[in-house]
Amino acid sequence: MSRVGVVTFPGSNCDADLRHAVSLFGMTPVAIWHKETALPPVDAVLLPGGFSYGDYLRCGAIARFSPVMADVVRFAGRGGPVLGICNGFQILTECGLLPGVLLRNEGLLFQCRDVELTVGGAPTPFTRGLAGQTLRLPIAHAEGNWFADEETVARVEGEGQVVFRYVANPNGALMSIAGVSNPAHNVVGLMPHPERYVEGAVGGTDGGGVFRSLAASIGPTQLRAEGANA
Amino acid sequence: MRARVYVTLKPGVHDPAGKAVQGGLSSMGYAEVQGVRIGKFFEIELDDAALEPRARLEEMCRKLLANTVIESYRVELL
Repeated sequence: MSRVGVVTFPGSNCDADLRHAVSLFGMTPVAIWHKETALPPVDAVLLPGGFSYGDYLRCGAIARFSPVMADVVRFAGRGGPVLGICNGFQILTECGLLPGVLLRNEGLLFQCRDVELTVGGAPTPFTRGLAGQTLRLPIAHAEGNWFADEETVARVEGEGQVVFRYVANPNGALMSIAGVSNPAHNVVGLMPHPERYVEGAVGGTDGGGVFRSLAASIGPTQLRAEGANA
Repeated sequence: MRARVYVTLKPGVHDPAGKAVQGGLSSMGYAEVQGVRIGKFFEIELDDAALEPRARLEEMCRKLLANTVIESYRVELL
């Protein structure tokens, strides 16, 4: 069975939800403490939401120097699937795996509500079969206002790196961007929380597609056989 | 040895918090305020024997204190 690592930083608060979502879709969640210097054998790595290091300095700025992150960057470089949600997305931009930064929301308020997103861009391990769909997912952030210089925006748009886009922009993000991928499309970050909407009893099921996609992407013959964790 | 580091937003980067402070000052009657941008200020204590402190501080800025996608930095050695 596929093994999916979920990293816990000091201040992460969506890690248990994320592990639960992973197991609901038939994968084995593997809890990884941020102090680990090497990843255990896993087929994908997920960075959860929360407030790592109290959001001090800038959101995600200190977490990116947690010991485990060097190996997460190596794993991503070998093509391993990496997903950052909310604070996890902020960490991935701070460490340079994803373009842009997440600024304070336009209007300053913490936004905690459902939003609609369209799925697009090039195929990623997290969006198989979702292209063209509109998903309803919850957001919960004060710093989700995606920003980059004009050249980066043009490149991200041109290379199919815009994976999720808000239907109605909740935070001032440029081009209503809610989630982006790296140029190789194996690393994805988004502000909304798919792991919170995987069961109808808690509000919705539109997040399930992300985990179903990951399960399909890291089937038994995938990365591990290629020595992704060698 | 002490150093001061100033981290400020690059021109063109939105600063919603600065805008809110500007609005506050305007509503207090400071009609002359044309704009406010918020940055960060660090006081850093260094070992007196530190070698190449300026270069090391600039490296600290690039790696952690500033996000150079949106911020500039300035180092003062005292």
